[in-house]
Amino acid sequence: MAMTEERPEVLELESGETTPSTGAFARPTHASGWRAWFFTIDHKKIGIMYCAVAMFWFLCAGIEALLIRAQLFTPNGTVLSADQYNQLFTMHGTTMVFLVIMPLAAGFANYMVPLQIGARDVAFPRLNALGLWLFIFGGIFLNLSWFLGGGPDGGWFAYAPNTGVTYSPGSGMDFYALGLQIAGIASLIGSINLIVTILNFRAPGMAMLRMPVFTWMILVVQFLLLLSLPVITVALVLLSFDRTFDANFFNVAMGADPLLWQHLFWIFGHPEVYVLILPSFGIVSETLPVFSRKPLFGYSIVVLSGIAIGFMGWGVWAHHMFVSGLGPVGVAAFSATTMFIAVPTGVKILNWIATMWGGNIRFTIPMMFSISLVSMFTIGGLSGVMHAIAPADTQQTDTYFIVAHFHYVLFGGALMGLFAGMYYWWPKAFGYRLNEALGKWHFWLVLLGFNTAFGPMHILGLQGMARRHSRYGPEDGFDFWNAVSTIGAFVILIGMIIFAVNIIRTWLRYKAGTVPQEPADPWDGRTLEWAIPSPAPEHNFDYVPVVTDVDDFWHKKYQADETGKLRKVANGNDIAQKGDQHPHLPSPSYWPIVLAAGFPLIALGLIYNLWLSGIGLLLMLGAIFGWSLEPPTDPEAGHDGQGDDHHPDENDPNSDSAIVEEAPVG
Amino acid sequence: MNTATVSEEEGHEEHHDHGLSDIGYIKVAVLLAILTAVEVATYFFDFGVVEIPSLLILMAVKFQIVVSYFMHLKFDSKVFTYLFLTGLILAMLVFAAMATSMVFWQNPSGCDASAFC
Amino acid sequence: MADTAEAQTSELAYGRTEWDDYHHLPTNTGLTNEKVTMWAFLGSDCLLFGALISTYLLCRNRVGPATKGPTAADLFDIPFTSVSSFVLLMSSLTMVLAVTSIQRAEMERCKLWLLTTASLGSIFIAGQVYEFTGFYREGLGYTTNISSSAFYTLTGFHGVHVSLGIVMLVTMWVLVTRGILGPERAETIEIIGLYWHFVDIVWIVIFAVVYLIP
Repeated sequence: MAMTEERPEVLELESGETTPSTGAFARPTHASGWRAWFFTIDHKKIGIMYCAVAMFWFLCAGIEALLIRAQLFTPNGTVLSADQYNQLFTMHGTTMVFLVIMPLAAGFANYMVPLQIGARDVAFPRLNALGLWLFIFGGIFLNLSWFLGGGPDGGWFAYAPNTGVTYSPGSGMDFYALGLQIAGIASLIGSINLIVTILNFRAPGMAMLRMPVFTWMILVVQFLLLLSLPVITVALVLLSFDRTFDANFFNVAMGADPLLWQHLFWIFGHPEVYVLILPSFGIVSETLPVFSRKPLFGYSIVVLSGIAIGFMGWGVWAHHMFVSGLGPVGVAAFSATTMFIAVPTGVKILNWIATMWGGNIRFTIPMMFSISLVSMFTIGGLSGVMHAIAPADTQQTDTYFIVAHFHYVLFGGALMGLFAGMYYWWPKAFGYRLNEALGKWHFWLVLLGFNTAFGPMHILGLQGMARRHSRYGPEDGFDFWNAVSTIGAFVILIGMIIFAVNIIRTWLRYKAGTVPQEPADPWDGRTLEWAIPSPAPEHNFDYVPVVTDVDDFWHKKYQADETGKLRKVANGNDIAQKGDQHPHLPSPSYWPIVLAAGFPLIALGLIYNLWLSGIGLLLMLGAIFGWSLEPPTDPEAGHDGQGDDHHPDENDPNSDSAIVEEAPVG
Repeated sequence: MNTATVSEEEGHEEHHDHGLSDIGYIKVAVLLAILTAVEVATYFFDFGVVEIPSLLILMAVKFQIVVSYFMHLKFDSKVFTYLFLTGLILAMLVFAAMATSMVFWQNPSGCDASAFC
Repeated sequence: MADTAEAQTSELAYGRTEWDDYHHLPTNTGLTNEKVTMWAFLGSDCLLFGALISTYLLCRNRVGPATKGPTAADLFDIPFTSVSSFVLLMSSLTMVLAVTSIQRAEMERCKLWLLTTASLGSIFIAGQVYEFTGFYREGLGYTTNISSSAFYTLTGFHGVHVSLGIVMLVTMWVLVTRGILGPERAETIEIIGLYWHFVDIVWIVIFAVVYLIP
């Protein structure tokens, strides 16, 4: 029996087949229904679930935002009490960052990266599923706080000692600290998985500098996560221990320095904002070339600037602390580093503009969202550079000028890019395109609503309107722009409702047959994911793609003739793989979801009763045990609904041989 | 006793793919023990002004020996070195900056945050 | 286009290299997924311990109006801790010997060294427990002051890492004894060894900057 990379056989029969020693460790075999999703280890299903759950949290965080805006519609608003307001802006920020943008990016990365590098799945499929379920349970756990005494109310940045027991006596901050730790483990696991996948599972001929830019940006993001998550883990642990076990880390009476929290949080927090934006930069680096019918201008420079942002992002964190008492030397140092980091980002913007320049532009919905990222992010980046000038920031900080900045870069940047990705990759994931007309309404309403909501915040901030205040007075003079901003927020809502309608209606029509099935390559794409059918077959590629170029798929379709002009030599849908092979795939598994379930139990126990933590720990240990002992694949399992006649000993070359990077084509 | 000497002794016992022989590892362990003894000696004897630098250097040398030889990093693919050193160097730089900021640059207590004193 | 022509263009586009069994996929780097994972994880763990060590260094001398009790540094028993540091250091040696013996398919030797490593690790943990209960009796509890919280958190995290390592070592011993883990899986022991050595080098740093440096 062939040995697997991962775990030993438990019981071998004389026939040479393997069987689990008890029925309890048999792997699930469901190919349809809810169990096919709950126990899946297929990166594509996992990617879809990350995105679907993230969109649910987007709805929640959007409602939180609308409540905030309703409160601020008029001076001395009466929609919310101050305490409710604090909970809402805390949860709005926390949810958008950790439960919307990060998992949307993770969902795209999970779905697309293996396809873009020509792999069959990620390096550790069960670990991938574990990450998904930890994210889901972590998000649920965090939001349980609403029902169990109130949400966390210390801001998404949770400055201690304000978030210690003395000033935040409810359990809201405990849900925050523990919930983020659970979600953090999910991201850490995902980061290791994707790093190993990208380093090890690229198709033959796909050297690092032939990978698509989206995959490159995801790789940089995974390193940022790998290295920054431990720091926030420590910060959250210190806060949790202060709150639960009476430690003294943020106890000023014991001599604690409150800046310790701020440093630890922002050492994570600044790389985190690059985690939030780089995936969208990657998406846009895919869509702009496709819809300009031109290669990305300066591929290596775009990749290098992404890496540079990854490195430089570690040196700027205290620009979030300019008025915290850092001292003039610290302020000056971080002010300088912050100004420098604008450079690689600016380089990218220029490269994207140069890509479009002279191109044959198709204004598809993904293209429109992509162009809006370039313009909106530029605006957000400009206000960011203004913050970098520390004396100016002394006025701007803690005002709506900052709120305007980060919404321009996160909504106008990250979210617009993610919408572009949704429309762009929807056919690949689901086999049909979202409706173009509804998409246009979605786009324009969101763009208009977004600018109406957040543009005036620049003015309000410079006029001195403070952040995180539940009301402003009629004497402040903030009435008009606040009212405009609130209207803008509700325009966004309409746009998002249209998006939801688009999704549901198009899906129903596709099932009814009135929306056409899309082929492998609906957009005349450039990268490998378009070389397989839409929707992507479960096994991804029929044959290992052998790569010779950046934008390899494009080069298979368009080649230079004798005069040097690019000529179309093949139609993408013709040369795409057919999806008709049935290679054996790893089986689904129960254990990721079971293991993940232990974590919220442990966390609840830490808040309420340690016996609950004990149960959670036992569940975890049992799941680890089951995970290690389950058979590698169920020999009886079908794939694509077919029987399995897989004989693992046949054509089994040297399993540790390295792939030669420059493999010959065909 | 320095690592250069040890490496020369080990040199002819190395199988390049697999690092040192068992005897080689034992010799490395003896070296580590000696270095530890010197470290502990700083507790019993007054090293004066060189005490802290010596401790830091000894710590760094021991660290490097365990990583290079016991963890085999010296003989393995550079990919592992890059993965590990990225984390290690980043940690050192970032936390050195944080500590410098908190210890040397921060406003002394009594200066409130908005005063820029 | 005829089927053959389509098949041909498909083949021309992307060759006909068959997929291997999923569990034997070759890797671009020539390095196994598991080993790359462990080194990436260790790089990440440097940030974890860096944050904890920095926190301790920044907290250990801080006093406020409510500060009471000794600091951790007041109570250190350097000779005792030196012995337990030495024990942990030697466990790294036995770990390496466990790896080299399984690489030579000397399974009994490997079991011996695995068990020795786990035992030395347990002695280290026992030493920590003894040390901390002693501190507690001398008035240094977890909540006594800020230096005590920082000290116990740092060494506690390290101790948990060591304990998890011991669990893994004992598990490996069991798997080797049962014949489930054979010499062709030597890399598994090597990877656990990497984790164990990391835990040791973290202690090298802690011993120097927490205990020895005044």
